[in-house]
Amino acid sequence: MNLLTIAYKSIRQRALASSLTAFSVALGVMLMVTVLVIHGVVDRMFSQTATGYDLIIGPKGSKLQLVLNAIYRVSQPIENLPYRFYRELKEDKRIEIALPLALGDTTQEGGFTIVGTIPEYFVTEYMPGRTFQGNGELIAKPFDAIIGSNVARTNGWDIGQTFRLIHGGNEEHVHDEEFTVVSVLRPTGTPNDKTVFVNLKGFYMVQGHDKPIEEAVRRVADFYNEDVDEEELARKVKKAAEDEAAHASNDGHHHQHDILEVQKEVTAILIRMKTRENSSVSIYTPGFQSEINKGFKAQAVNPIGEIKWLMDNIVGHVRTMLVVMTSLIIVVSGVSIFVSIYNSMSDRRREIAIMRALGASRQTVFSIIMSESTLLCVAGGVIGLVLGHGLVFLASPIVEAQSGLPLDPFAFEPMELVLLPMLIVLASLIGFIPGMTAYRTDVAETLAD
Amino acid sequence: MRQDYAAFRPSEVKSRSLEDSMSLVISNLRKTYREPDGSLLPILNVAAFEMQDAEQVVLVGFSGGGKTTLLNVIAGITSPDEGNVTIDGVNVTGLPEAARDRFRAERIGFVFQTFNLLPAFSALENVLLGMSFSGKRSDRQRATELLDRVGLSHRLTHRPGQLSVGEQQRVAVARSLANSPSLLLADEPTANVDVANQDTILNLIRDACTENQVALLIVTHSRDVAALFDRVETLSDFNKPETAA
Repeated sequence: MNLLTIAYKSIRQRALASSLTAFSVALGVMLMVTVLVIHGVVDRMFSQTATGYDLIIGPKGSKLQLVLNAIYRVSQPIENLPYRFYRELKEDKRIEIALPLALGDTTQEGGFTIVGTIPEYFVTEYMPGRTFQGNGELIAKPFDAIIGSNVARTNGWDIGQTFRLIHGGNEEHVHDEEFTVVSVLRPTGTPNDKTVFVNLKGFYMVQGHDKPIEEAVRRVADFYNEDVDEEELARKVKKAAEDEAAHASNDGHHHQHDILEVQKEVTAILIRMKTRENSSVSIYTPGFQSEINKGFKAQAVNPIGEIKWLMDNIVGHVRTMLVVMTSLIIVVSGVSIFVSIYNSMSDRRREIAIMRALGASRQTVFSIIMSESTLLCVAGGVIGLVLGHGLVFLASPIVEAQSGLPLDPFAFEPMELVLLPMLIVLASLIGFIPGMTAYRTDVAETLAD
Repeated sequence: MRQDYAAFRPSEVKSRSLEDSMSLVISNLRKTYREPDGSLLPILNVAAFEMQDAEQVVLVGFSGGGKTTLLNVIAGITSPDEGNVTIDGVNVTGLPEAARDRFRAERIGFVFQTFNLLPAFSALENVLLGMSFSGKRSDRQRATELLDRVGLSHRLTHRPGQLSVGEQQRVAVARSLANSPSLLLADEPTANVDVANQDTILNLIRDACTENQVALLIVTHSRDVAALFDRVETLSDFNKPETAA
């Protein structure tokens, strides 16, 4: 019979108190594991999603807001950029792909974010090595739409489903135009899962998405820092109309409900720069970014840098706070184990003395008590690990449905590896004083009592 | 860490030839307790006491006369102020505490007045526990045989709380023999046992010691118990604490 068996028997004798104290450790560990796993998933999701594009271009303003809005679709758009600016960027030889995004509307059903974009969005890797996969067509026609997996599941939508948009989140302002789902994306584990993509052309054709020509001309002039007087404005409005007419005739087809280019705006532009062969990093990015940022109206933001800042300075601190809080819960649980063992010592002095009389050394009885606290802490820790991952397992469908964030219950965070060694250290601290009480037990005096 | 008390034996080897047949030799043993008021209370002053190998001795004395203290000193639980206790040629009082603990586990069996079984352990586990502190591998077969010897083969998995008083003391007897000791100390082993079981327990202890060639020292205040033994010593005859310096 080894020390652990003897310790286990003693624990079993106080089954209720022992179970409760081990369970309190388990709860603390469960919370910590949950925090670690969820944070790990959020961290990976945020960090990896940000790696799909080299730069995000948007109006001047908060860089973080631009990233959150353009990629994560969790913040309000800053402002808009003229479509002309997008067209000029697209022609820049340093740029491989420029994907325009137009945001601001939501679906009438479910309130999912609407993103107006071009078909190229879906054939471009959204993360390195990962491309979209869907069950239908690309958004070829103006009123075609592709929906994320989360949207399909939540709204029960599939190919052929029609829907309308709510303008700017104002539920009373429902656009008349109907879009039709032509494809459902497979889950990506990114915010794309909870996004409804519509063809940018159709987005512009929706009534109310076109600015009055006069205002549009002023905004473009303002963006490019061009002076316009009334005469000049009238001339520009006329020219814009002529340009558009010429453009339409050049295309050889009539644009129903189409609007002038000057009236079109984009919320953000996702950029992937050209790279040299066998290189994943573009040498053009820093110079191009700097060039854009020199202007007064637009900014180019590296999404990885912004997300790193967010994770390090905000999410990271929240995580640290949660880890500290759950650590405190574990420490409090440890104190309850200490109290439980220490209180039991007065009842167990005789048992200790009997063991000593049978030949157990002081070190042996000290080790038995230490083994008890270690068993309680480690058992609580292992149960906590199982419960923690179990909780993530149970919560993952709910969290995924609510946030589109896929949680892997079996994802193992490296910090979990240090949990058990830390619990053993805690057990040593907990068991030391009761262990010393056992160590110092006066055998003859105790047996005589 | 394993303490090798054999390392302390060379000094005893010379006298081993003289005490070859001695299981227990006590010489010039003194023990004094300090009272709460600071005064000294002499409890033991034994000039000499010896037991042959496998000898069975009953030691009679009145309550508070130092019987239990003497057993504790012999077992190495309590250190004397002066003097020597030699068991199987090993000067137990000269051993460091850890070596004394191991010696006690391996060579001395102990039967207590209040049985002192551990309530969390079954009868079989209580016997195995006695083995585990000796550093030997727990021998379930031997433990089972010992319990069978004391008539408890049907009570192996019962905990002390589920056993009668007589059965508990029989488990204690089995436990005391677990490590094949050379000396068994019994402190009032029948004091808490009903009359019907007293003879059974005593005979069990005596027979087991005879079968296993174990020296037996029983302390008791009962003249009835003493009457069953060939050698009866009265503690007050050789313990003169009042004469301690």
